[in-house]
Amino acid sequence: MKQLNAQEISGLSSQIRRDILRMVHGCKSGHPGGSLGCADFLATLYFNTMEHQTNFNMDGVGEDLFFLSNGHISPVFYSTLARAGYFPVEELKTFRKLNTRLQGHPTTHEHLPGIRVASGSLGQGVSVAAGAALSKKLNHDKHLVYVLMGDGEIEEGQNWEAFMFAAHNKIDNLIVTIDFNGQQIDGSTKDVMGLGDDIADKLKAFGWEILHMDGHDVQNIIDTMAKAKELSGNGKSIFIVMKTEMGYPVDFMMGSHKWHGVAPNDAELANALSQLPETLGDY
Amino acid sequence: MKKFDVQNVKDTRSGFGAGLSELGKTNSKVVALCADLTGSLKMDAFQKDHPERFFQVGIAEANMMGVAAGLTIGGWIPFTGTFANFSTGRVYDQIRQSIAYSGKNVKICASHAGITLGEDGATHQILEDIGLMKMLPGMVVINPCDYNQTKAATIAIADYDGPVYLRFGRPAVPNFTEADGKFEIGKALMINEGADVSIFATGHLVWKAIEAGHALAEIGIDAEIINIHTIKPLDEEAVLKSASKTRCVVTAEEHQMNGGLGDSIAQLLARKLPTPMEMVAVNDSFGESGTPDDLMKKYGLESVNIVEAVQAVLKRK
Repeated sequence: MKQLNAQEISGLSSQIRRDILRMVHGCKSGHPGGSLGCADFLATLYFNTMEHQTNFNMDGVGEDLFFLSNGHISPVFYSTLARAGYFPVEELKTFRKLNTRLQGHPTTHEHLPGIRVASGSLGQGVSVAAGAALSKKLNHDKHLVYVLMGDGEIEEGQNWEAFMFAAHNKIDNLIVTIDFNGQQIDGSTKDVMGLGDDIADKLKAFGWEILHMDGHDVQNIIDTMAKAKELSGNGKSIFIVMKTEMGYPVDFMMGSHKWHGVAPNDAELANALSQLPETLGDY
Repeated sequence: MKKFDVQNVKDTRSGFGAGLSELGKTNSKVVALCADLTGSLKMDAFQKDHPERFFQVGIAEANMMGVAAGLTIGGWIPFTGTFANFSTGRVYDQIRQSIAYSGKNVKICASHAGITLGEDGATHQILEDIGLMKMLPGMVVINPCDYNQTKAATIAIADYDGPVYLRFGRPAVPNFTEADGKFEIGKALMINEGADVSIFATGHLVWKAIEAGHALAEIGIDAEIINIHTIKPLDEEAVLKSASKTRCVVTAEEHQMNGGLGDSIAQLLARKLPTPMEMVAVNDSFGESGTPDDLMKKYGLESVNIVEAVQAVLKRK
């Protein structure tokens, strides 16, 4: 697949954001806030960072793998996969509808190309990815394993088991990005369950390599992911704190947790779409 | 009543360890994970011989299940090892989402199942695990009866593509099945053909059923005894064939009555062949500390309890 530059990715992520909004509007449910916030990251990952095959094979030997731990942002994952060519873009209109392969949360159960494990019940993605990264080592496969997780999700204890495990086993082909948007269903992450000190310090203390990036600056994402690749293979798992804004860049969806799991009505959809250029054609 | 030679008295967990060790040599795709119970699970031989394919995960069972699911991506066949309680109830959602719903080829190997875990008490004696695991769509549930059968089952599940729950125990019990016998998932084994009553037993209760069979023979009752080592998928044909012959059924297991083998057989018979039935199982109760033998007596899981259940069901025939 052709590697896109920052400008091309920005155009693509505008289209992905249109897809997200139209998908959740189409079924009157789903999670637009976090999906919009992660569009630049997913677009960069699949169109610049990763070496991957759209001719999907579950084992994924000889290619990079991606796991979405915070499965509720499935709209951004599905749109990115479709736009990358894993399955027809038209299929996005089936999101969350009966007999769809695009279930509310990602799953392998309906054999949607691009999905390697079910997620949605939170806190499990880093463990699965750590296992997949070990599998790559056993297979002498030099490719990398990427994960995206949410910052609310980090309240699940299993993550900390996985952080310990990855560091202990020097799983240095594992690159975990946390979507640090500071929001979860019931409010700000600070109000719901304060993390105490800086998340980066915690992971560093566990023995991880830490990077920071701006999740809405595509060039910064490209550069940071390239840096993460360079740092891989040096005995440490890599953790990237990605600052994002839930709902970005739709003006009325930013600045609160309100749009975590609510679909826009017709007027809200029209307003939101007017802020996002249609770059590749709507499905 | 057929006589069985007890070759020796051995724990079923050692059968698992022996099977895993053999798989280490014969199947290069098998990997093993353990949550700080390597000695208890008898996984030491595999760990020693194949350190590159063994992962110590520490006391972190949830992570172990996730890592195992991930290892299947790329073609490895993970065998997880910890006590049955920590293999099921503690990590139910991890198994449900990352393994069962995701269709991952993980073998969940669970030792110290049931009340015969003994002195550690009810915190560790899970009696609900068969029920929990059999409710998961696509999960195979196996509970072998002795050392030889546990070893054979361990080897057999590596060749089956899909999630499996393999349940075994801590105490030394009579080892009487064929050494290096072939294990067929889902195939009930006839222990003794009889005409008066069908006794379907699983795990440690298979030997208790044999003891009961001898006691019943002495009082003129001809019991058919069938070893249901695979609770899911249940060998429906074997159960229906036997029940239609004897017209009364007793089930025996070291598990809660709710959700266990008896529950599976009752469901089948209710739908296809309503038959008088009694269940030897733990009745909606937690266990407690004690020796395995004392606990089996107190909780009604002895051969004498099977004899009583047979006498009760015969009256309802």
